[in-house]
Amino acid sequence: MTDLILQMRSISKSFPGVQALADVTLDVRRGQVHAVCGENGAGKSTLMKVLSGVYPHGSYSGDILLDGEPVEFKDINASEEHGIVIIHQELALVPFLSIAENIFLGNEHARAGVINWKETLRHAAELLRRVGLREDPRTRVADLGVGKQQLVEIAKALSKKVQLLILDEPTAALNDADSRKLLDLIGELRSHGITCIVISHKLAEVTRIADAITILRDGRTIETLRVGGADDVSERRIIRGMVGRDLDHRFPARTPRLGEVALAIENWTVHHPVDAHRKVVDNVSLQVRRGEIVGLAGLMGAGRTELAMSLFGRTYGRNVSGRVFKDGVEIHTRTVAEAVRHGIAYVTEDRKQYGLHLLDDISRNVTLAALGKVSKGPVISTPRQVLAAESFRLSMNIKAPSVHELAGRLSGGNQQKIVLSKWIFTDPEILILDEPTRGIDVGAKYEIYTIINSLAAEGKAVLVISSELPELLGLCDRIYALSAGRLTGEVSREDASQEKLMRYMTMVEG
Amino acid sequence: MTEVQLVKDPSEPPSPAAVPDTGPAPAERPSSAVNALREAARRNIRQYGMLVALGLILVLFQIWTHGILLKPLNVTNLIQQNSYILMLAIGMAIVIIAGHIDLSVGSLAAFIGAAAAVMMVQHHMPWPAAVALCLLMGAAAGAWQGFWIAYIGVPSFIVTLGGMLVFRGVTQILLHGQSIAPFPPGFQKISSGFLPEVGPNTNYHNLTLLLGLAVIASTLLAQFRERRVQQRYEFEVLPLGWFLLKCAGVVAAVVVFTLLLASYHGVPVVLLLLGGLLLIFGFVMRTTVAGRHVYAIGGNLAAARLSGVKHKRVTFGVFVNMGVLSALAGLVYAARLNAGTPNAGINFELEAIAAAFIGGASASGGVGTVFGAIIGGLVLGVLNNGMSLVGIGTDYQQVIKGLVLLAAVGFDVYNKKRVGS
Repeated sequence: MTDLILQMRSISKSFPGVQALADVTLDVRRGQVHAVCGENGAGKSTLMKVLSGVYPHGSYSGDILLDGEPVEFKDINASEEHGIVIIHQELALVPFLSIAENIFLGNEHARAGVINWKETLRHAAELLRRVGLREDPRTRVADLGVGKQQLVEIAKALSKKVQLLILDEPTAALNDADSRKLLDLIGELRSHGITCIVISHKLAEVTRIADAITILRDGRTIETLRVGGADDVSERRIIRGMVGRDLDHRFPARTPRLGEVALAIENWTVHHPVDAHRKVVDNVSLQVRRGEIVGLAGLMGAGRTELAMSLFGRTYGRNVSGRVFKDGVEIHTRTVAEAVRHGIAYVTEDRKQYGLHLLDDISRNVTLAALGKVSKGPVISTPRQVLAAESFRLSMNIKAPSVHELAGRLSGGNQQKIVLSKWIFTDPEILILDEPTRGIDVGAKYEIYTIINSLAAEGKAVLVISSELPELLGLCDRIYALSAGRLTGEVSREDASQEKLMRYMTMVEG
Repeated sequence: MTEVQLVKDPSEPPSPAAVPDTGPAPAERPSSAVNALREAARRNIRQYGMLVALGLILVLFQIWTHGILLKPLNVTNLIQQNSYILMLAIGMAIVIIAGHIDLSVGSLAAFIGAAAAVMMVQHHMPWPAAVALCLLMGAAAGAWQGFWIAYIGVPSFIVTLGGMLVFRGVTQILLHGQSIAPFPPGFQKISSGFLPEVGPNTNYHNLTLLLGLAVIASTLLAQFRERRVQQRYEFEVLPLGWFLLKCAGVVAAVVVFTLLLASYHGVPVVLLLLGGLLLIFGFVMRTTVAGRHVYAIGGNLAAARLSGVKHKRVTFGVFVNMGVLSALAGLVYAARLNAGTPNAGINFELEAIAAAFIGGASASGGVGTVFGAIIGGLVLGVLNNGMSLVGIGTDYQQVIKGLVLLAAVGFDVYNKKRVGS
């Protein structure tokens, strides 16, 4: 019998325009904790979705061998039958059901459809003991903290006779104490023979618990490091594997011409909208000059988008404090309209969710944020609106037969150009671009970079939020790094390297 | 629809050195005329589809009823019977486009009818003053519901379900469970009056003929002007032949309709009212900032908010407007019955909602037109009238109307899935 519980061989998976996984190989030994590391978008989550049957057999190429036997999962239930359970980053619990009900959801202790409560509660209590959660199984999940909810998820996995447990960023939302407890629990599960695959950005945790570490980059396996062998498994070593050596993308050339400081933020602090004690952005100060492209680096949950949205009309968070200056004069941006009036534009990250009316046409999407420019009083001039959109269709090279095409029918790159057009149409002086190239192909990325460069060349101040470090390095004059809501570093283009940024981005202040 | 060019980014295989082709993408156009036609058809498939369906239903019942359906008397009846539902449908379309629903309109209409009866019949208030006061009350009722929905954030379904009960109850309290009648003749005219006779006897209603001519002239003028503007900006337009055919079709429809009305009592007052509303709201929703904001919040609230749309104010306004239109519908209905009764307006909300959906509004918001809702309302109205004429019982009528609603929306959903948007 092999000691490999899982072998994934030559897994490839592509989405329209994007190769998410290319020839990925993953070997996991029985009874080990196996970490999978990589930047945002490196393909970790996609790989786990392939493994757990979220992407069914046939939608990817390559083989999965479990205990040496090839398996083909057509959905999550099929993988669970083989003892593979995935716990997603966003917990999948029903908040208004009890712990016990959640643990056995879809898998109830029942006879002829009638639930056996006695058995349910007894079994739930036993599982809770195993994960070290001292709560009444009748407690509503909504009344538990995130750390305890995470434990309920694990108890739920145990109830399914799990052999291979996949945890996607299990500690992302946890505080230090809860994280430590969870890591201890993972170690304990290992001693009971349960194999774990852990996806994590927190390298300190990875080096603490993992027996093996597989590093993914741009949808490819870079290497697998085994603890206890000849491999160096220091954080520095992992970071080198994660970021690679070469820039994978080409960037249009540009000579920056910097002007005065256009946007300055001082002591910006934002609290979580629900959990008012949590600071999502903590005392951040930064500035952007005219003609400058400044990057904002950070891993998921670092507070980048939250910073941008709280600045843009307080569209995120509560108890926002701090000062904003434009051209040296203090301004207020309490509503979106106010921010726009001051020449600030925020190009949102998720274009489908926050950027576009997908069932409306290009011209109406492009003009939405500045209808005043195409109307006389309250009446919109259709010709002017169409002409405005048409000029963007040409200048931005939006590939659509006409501006009457519905936004939802276009590819990601072209949708992104519409969102950009919408904000450029407001004549902004300061642009905040949130993940401007996520999910679009290389050719379209190059076009977006060209547009960003020309905006800077016009003397606009540009702040770019991106999870792709090569993009920030290739595009920006200066890069700030955020970690857990705090500004942990600032590097100029000359000094910047992916290793350096990654160090700042994974820095946790004690 | 199979030949629609789905725009797929013709992107090069992702290679790091990929340099984008600059300049406008020369989309393949076999012939711009055919393309324009296809484009127009595709963009309006829902509305054209419903127009065609309405035409088919008309023809079907015209044959089935041996020509009674389109007799001048019956056409006039059709208009008067359905006017209040169509008014509600206009407001309901806007509510649904904004991503909400209003279940209270029938009860509110009843309440306003009752209030009008109390004011005019019991307190002898002059009818124009009573009408104005009633419309204000409608606005206030809409503002009340809009406040809870827009500013407090209670789902519109709940707020208006509550409103449905409240307004119905208040109606019964106000009327003590009994009808109040009759209304002054001036008020009745709103619903049952016609334009006055003028000029020599021509066997036709002269003013109606003139009005028909005016409608034809202004429609043609607007069509040609729009075409000229589009040509000046070098937009794609329908080929001249097709354009003329379209104009001829519109003119023919207006001529037939005008002659039908003119050979009876002429244009009902309520039709003028309805036409005015359609013009105003069609314009507002199509070409004003306010209208655009309604589409934006219904289509993607987050995007609208981040684009600076004052979504709360817009939502509030939409419900105030619905309140006023409900009041108007209540007045028209009361005038038609010539009484304020506790059971007025039952199921009006359902008819109005069905009309909006049949007319192409999307249950998730952001899509739909006022014109579509009118077409949807007419489909329902003609079905009602036609089926009654051929003697189909109300039991079967309900079944058929329900299936029509399902079929229309089902076709829509299926169609959207097929084109992949």
